Amino acid sequence: MREQLQKDFNNSIKNLGLSQKDIEIKKFCLDNFIDKGFPNRKEEDWKFSDLNQIIKNNIGELSFYNDQASTNKVDTSVFVDGLEHNKIVFINGRIEKIDFEYEKKDQIEIIDQSETINEFKNSNSLSDLNNAFTNKCFKILVKKGYQLIKPLIIYHTTNSKIWSKNINLRLNFELDKDSSLRLIDLFNDTSEKNFLNIFYNFELKENAVLKNYKVDKFENKNIKYSFNNIDQDKNSISETFILSSGSNFSKNEINCNLNGVYASAFVNGVFSLNNDKHHEIRSIINHLNENTKSYQLIKSVLDESSKAVYQGKIFVNSDAQKTDGYQLSKAILLNKESEFNAKPELEIYADDVKCSHGSASGSLNEDSIFYLMSRGLSYQQSRELLINGFLLDVVEKITDSEIKNLIKNMIGIKE
Amino acid sequence: MDNRQKEINDLKDYKYGFSTDIENIQAPKGLNEDVIKFISNIKKEPSWMLDFRLKAFERFKVLKEPDWQKPKFSKIDYQDLYYYSAPKSMKDKPKSLDELDPKLLETYKKLGIPLQEQARLNGIAVDAVFDSVSVATTFKDELTKQGIIFCPISEAIQNHPELVKKYLGSVIPTSDHFFATLNSAVFTDGSFVYIPEGVRCPMELSTYFRINASNTGQFERTLIIADKGSYVSYLEGCTAPMRDENQLHAANVELIALDDAEIKYSTVQNWYPGDKDGKGGIYNFVTKRGLCKGKNSKISWTQVETGSAITWKYPSCILKGDNSVGEFYSIAITNNYQKADTGTKMIHLGKNTKSKIISKGISAGSSDMTYRGLVDISSKAKNSTNYTQCDSLLMGNKCGAHTVPYIKNKNSESNIAHEATTSKISEEQLHYCQQRGLNPEEAVGLIVNGFCKEVLQQLPMEFAVEAQKLVGISLEGSVG
Repeated sequence: MREQLQKDFNNSIKNLGLSQKDIEIKKFCLDNFIDKGFPNRKEEDWKFSDLNQIIKNNIGELSFYNDQASTNKVDTSVFVDGLEHNKIVFINGRIEKIDFEYEKKDQIEIIDQSETINEFKNSNSLSDLNNAFTNKCFKILVKKGYQLIKPLIIYHTTNSKIWSKNINLRLNFELDKDSSLRLIDLFNDTSEKNFLNIFYNFELKENAVLKNYKVDKFENKNIKYSFNNIDQDKNSISETFILSSGSNFSKNEINCNLNGVYASAFVNGVFSLNNDKHHEIRSIINHLNENTKSYQLIKSVLDESSKAVYQGKIFVNSDAQKTDGYQLSKAILLNKESEFNAKPELEIYADDVKCSHGSASGSLNEDSIFYLMSRGLSYQQSRELLINGFLLDVVEKITDSEIKNLIKNMIGIKE
Repeated sequence: MDNRQKEINDLKDYKYGFSTDIENIQAPKGLNEDVIKFISNIKKEPSWMLDFRLKAFERFKVLKEPDWQKPKFSKIDYQDLYYYSAPKSMKDKPKSLDELDPKLLETYKKLGIPLQEQARLNGIAVDAVFDSVSVATTFKDELTKQGIIFCPISEAIQNHPELVKKYLGSVIPTSDHFFATLNSAVFTDGSFVYIPEGVRCPMELSTYFRINASNTGQFERTLIIADKGSYVSYLEGCTAPMRDENQLHAANVELIALDDAEIKYSTVQNWYPGDKDGKGGIYNFVTKRGLCKGKNSKISWTQVETGSAITWKYPSCILKGDNSVGEFYSIAITNNYQKADTGTKMIHLGKNTKSKIISKGISAGSSDMTYRGLVDISSKAKNSTNYTQCDSLLMGNKCGAHTVPYIKNKNSESNIAHEATTSKISEEQLHYCQQRGLNPEEAVGLIVNGFCKEVLQQLPMEFAVEAQKLVGISLEGSVG
């Protein structure tokens, strides 16, 4: 892999026109990655999902060079109907379109930040890989007091024209004071067996509101890793919803720093898996100031030989008195081959706090099925009804009604 | 008032902190094959036992000290320790208690564990371990009548080699982790219990561990075998003198329950916790593991952990037999600069196995406490259930309380439920108690005892009273 990395790296920086200093920094990141390699189960955070092994078994040797000079055709058929929205389109890792047609142009600024390197706290060798190979990075700045009228949908599309086996993406967002953004990540992959490595960085100023919905719905054979870093100032709110279903392997990491007082974070997730899939959500909520709040709800329905992992950590600093942290994960195992692993973690250094977590996993409740069947439903219908209700609980947590309905339709959950 | 103050002061100090001035025989300092041979030789062990030790030592040489735990400690120099220390008077084993060194008797009397017959009224058989040797075992005759074997493990190696050979290392093999392997190589003494088929042990069996010599590591090994349909309740207590340096205690405890047998293992751990500035104290790195080998067997661990500078242990149950049950009840209290990383592992292998974990952690002062646990239901463990509850109580904003559970469910017919909370003692509760005439410390004691009640109830009567007192004492000075 080492020679391949070196070769592809040299190819990809050739046409970027970077300064010597930037090349040095990128090279440093590359060397770091070569040194550490893909994360494996020896690392505590990857105990349940050995990425190194998974890539080896599913993809084999990776290649990293993507020619960014040639454009891809934007396929409009993937766009969401019936919901007016702004768009960012990634095709095979290349930004093809940024379109804020419904917004006031002077309120949103798009800044090219390709030269800067993101230093993520609590991250791993994948951020080095990302830093070494991303060649375009934009920062989207929502100005003070501006609240986007329409949601922004980021389309992540890959198709058979993809150059290499690995795609690295990076986006930065800054939400200035009193601003708000609704953001949907929609994955649409028709390529086979690629490794997608996505890093987002969000900076929320006072009173800013971020709602991020990640929807990985369509069946595909890719391996995905996504890392969200969210820094939150006073009174800001972040809401993250993850639908984890389509990819062969997927790991979503949320690292949320509640820096300002009264900041709050919500993480809700649904795993709906079958067919040997292996998905993970790992969240770290750092309560760093007083009166901060976090709430997490993760539900899984696991069929066939699928495997879901939830690692959630609530960290409370000694200054963060009056913290309220809550975390609940529930899983239904439908098949004897399926597996659910959880590591709900509390690390607390302040005494005046209210923190709790719960985790439960097991089979569908036979009594409930009996109840429904005794009222005339078939076994299959009862099962579906119960699962529907189980997952609806999480979807109902979505605060934006427009998007809630969209997601309900997408995953076929009835009220 | 003066009297009361004096009483409180007495309680506050670690009253077991004295050391006994007694002549010792020690192994040469350091860890090598010669020392292991020395230990084996002085214990007059058969050659298979020496082989067992040397095999473990071979393995130990390639192992690295683990570093994933929360409480970090400065590196232990394993070559700077004595691995064997025994009172000189024990060299030729005294035949009866009358021949025992009066100084030893005095020591145990001071600890509240009378070894002489006339003082023993409470119906508990005691095996007293002083540094590296077992000094006395009481009520031996009565137990022998029922066929129960309760003796120091060094005696069992000689008198019951077939049992020891069969079971020693069957739950904690010589190829286990760092500290367990160290113990397998250099263990000195400990208790051996065998309960024959169908016998319900008529009294509580108990071991009292005492570290006396300085610069000594204590490595005992306890092996308890409950044959088909038998029952035993076993207690363990421990203290050590106050010393400025940290002392290592790395024991191994193996429990084996055959068909329909039940073992109840209770620990009140009160090793010297170090002084108020965190100087000195025992490193309590213990491996405790029980195997529910037979059908319908049950192993229950109860622990009250109040002492030690660092407590690092996970009493575990391997539920191999169908319908077997594992239980874990724990109270861990840390004060001043104490640190604890404790919890349990429940490995479900058999069908219809059940486990229950109740853990209560209380941290005060500048201490740090972690619950770390594993619940693993394998794909064959049909229809198994686990219930886990771990609650933490924080007193003051300089301490930490952490929960790190690992939950693995590979069986769709099994259920796992886990709950954890962290909070502080509410002002209302304190106010309510104080309004009714309790002072703040008494109020906290009362509330904390209520918080721990579920676990305290599991202890045998004699221990429950002591444990309750200990809970109060451990938290002295943490209020206000």
